[in-house]
Amino acid sequence: MDVLFSQLFAGLSLGSVLLLAALGLALTFGQMGVINMAHGEFMMAGAYTAFVVQGVVGNAGVSLLVSLPLGFLVGGLLGLLLEATLIHRMYKRPLDTLLVTWGVALVLQQVARDVFGAPNVDVRAPAWLSGAVDLFGLAVPKTRLFILALAVVAVVALAVVLKVTPLGRRIRAVVQNRDLAEASGVSTRATDRLTFFIGSGLAGIAGVALTLLGSIGPTLGTSYIVDAFLVVVAGGIGQIKGTVIAAFALGLLQATFEYSTTASIAKVLVFVVIVVFLQVRPQGLVSVRTRSLA
Amino acid sequence: MSAVTTESPSRLSALYRSSRARVIVGFAVAAVLLFAVAPATLSTFRLGLLGKFLCLAMVAVGIGLAWGRGGMLTLGQGVFFGLGAYLMAMHLKLADAGPVEGSGGVPDFMMLYGSGEVPGWWEPFRSPVVTILAIAIVPAGLAALLGFAVFTRRVRGAYFAILSQALAAAFAILLIGQQATTGGTNGLNGFRSFFGYDLADPVNKRMLFFLAAGALLVMVAVARQLMVSRFGELLVAVRDQENRVRFLGYDPAQVKVVAYAVAAFMAAVGGALFVPIVGIISPADVGVVPSIGFLIGVAIGGRATLLGPVLGSIAVSWAQTSLSEAFPSGWIYAQGALFILVVAFLPGGLAELFTRWRRSRRGSVPDGGAPAPGDDGTSDGSRPGAARTGEPGSGDPTVEPQTAVDHDPATSGRTA
Repeated sequence: MDVLFSQLFAGLSLGSVLLLAALGLALTFGQMGVINMAHGEFMMAGAYTAFVVQGVVGNAGVSLLVSLPLGFLVGGLLGLLLEATLIHRMYKRPLDTLLVTWGVALVLQQVARDVFGAPNVDVRAPAWLSGAVDLFGLAVPKTRLFILALAVVAVVALAVVLKVTPLGRRIRAVVQNRDLAEASGVSTRATDRLTFFIGSGLAGIAGVALTLLGSIGPTLGTSYIVDAFLVVVAGGIGQIKGTVIAAFALGLLQATFEYSTTASIAKVLVFVVIVVFLQVRPQGLVSVRTRSLA
Repeated sequence: MSAVTTESPSRLSALYRSSRARVIVGFAVAAVLLFAVAPATLSTFRLGLLGKFLCLAMVAVGIGLAWGRGGMLTLGQGVFFGLGAYLMAMHLKLADAGPVEGSGGVPDFMMLYGSGEVPGWWEPFRSPVVTILAIAIVPAGLAALLGFAVFTRRVRGAYFAILSQALAAAFAILLIGQQATTGGTNGLNGFRSFFGYDLADPVNKRMLFFLAAGALLVMVAVARQLMVSRFGELLVAVRDQENRVRFLGYDPAQVKVVAYAVAAFMAAVGGALFVPIVGIISPADVGVVPSIGFLIGVAIGGRATLLGPVLGSIAVSWAQTSLSEAFPSGWIYAQGALFILVVAFLPGGLAELFTRWRRSRRGSVPDGGAPAPGDDGTSDGSRPGAARTGEPGSGDPTVEPQTAVDHDPATSGRTA
């Protein structure tokens, strides 16, 4: 029973990290079909934001609370810049966006290496997040719980924005039918920019959260980007629901496989499961039904 | 290749215009350059370096076929390159370790990290024949299997790209995790002989270079034949209008699987020859980053042309070697900038510039009339393949491999 609980929690914890990383992608990839390989580097930027803020503020607790909105802003502005300079030229060539943003990712990584140095740096966790709480007889690190809660808050906030606000209505309209939305007077350009800002900002928040889990380095993003994209692919695009389910499912799978084999074999097994799953549901877990053929 | 592309004297122009003759002349020039000029002018070290570039160019030929012609953005060619390389490296390690009866036949690194025993799945690779067969079959077979699984379910575009990238990530993680049997992060290195030939001997190094050069020439020839064949036409058609091809009664999945498997085979051979020439293979050569790095040369040269990928790949490898010696961080900026500039602003690669330049120099010959009749444009890489897609009245030389995808999320990747 203990083993079951600890595996369950390990899976949920991993799933929440994946979810934070993939949530922004679900938005940018889902709405615009833009494959932003620099998403991982936006996470890295968020993580370094937390590092810089801590250097300025000092107090770990205050710096975390300042870093979260600031990380959102840094990630979002980077995304806005990328959208305005490069991506908006390439909406008709989604595969080429992948390569262009990969180039951006390489540059951002090297910038981080030149500014902060190649070795990893540490961000101290605040005192109120150190230690563990006892949950059903299981010692659960508070940082893990915090990330889980943060992921839940992020999902709920995003869901509210998408469902209730005028911005969310515009986003959904553009996702479902871009031409009709444009014809109805929705500025798809402005909507695209805002969506990209929010999606990239979520990457920044994910980056800040990752500083709680370990030291951070210039290649922080690369280690998450592939998994995050797999989550989005398995979850299906156009709706947040699929991404949430897929993130936790993959987290639980990875944790289970890791328990019975090794971490490296678990990765391979998860990949195999996803390929097999796409045989059954090529459009992912949840998909928006359309009449389109292609 | 420059001899082919410069303007010929008028006496030779008839010969020059004949596409078959141009192909033959092109191959002859390449052969002279690779088999006579390069060995005569380059030191053994530089020749080895060029041999390495040729191996990477083999991967590029395959990517040109799968991505440029077939529209499959494969971000996982490092897997097939790595499979070929590791299969070869396993054989070389076992051969170096000697026969089982004498010294025990256990490769040195296994003594260090492992149990000192050769695992069962290594044993078949003591045989050179099994190794060569495995290099020819295993990577291409894996590509065919994966391709069949995803293409028949119409997983394509970005989804295929992401899956192929995940494959590369999983492969590298697996290699690193199994240090006792794969050498882990260090990879496999320290090879002394290649099928009985001493690798330290300069004569044998030159022989290896010739082997790589010959293999590359054969691959380019095969790729050219594929491109001008009915299969090549079909592949381009699938790239541009997959549904139209399906409605005509063809199976696009089959066409794609073949192209993907051929690309995997080429990558595997490149990997297999990379090992004895370079002397090391490690996860750093096969993971996500090098896999996507293979694409930049292809993009620069001109993804849909025959020679663009080869020349682009060799140029990028050369630039990487010389730049990263001088400015270690400069190369990464340069690589990133190349990805951004070439893919965003020059999707047809340098071949596109060359075509524009040649057209403007010939005066305003109407589009479509510029190439000589029957000219397949593949012998000098001067014309992007898009010109062959048979789009009537298409005067734009820009290579646009992806069909215009609308913004509906459900259509941007795969079919519901």
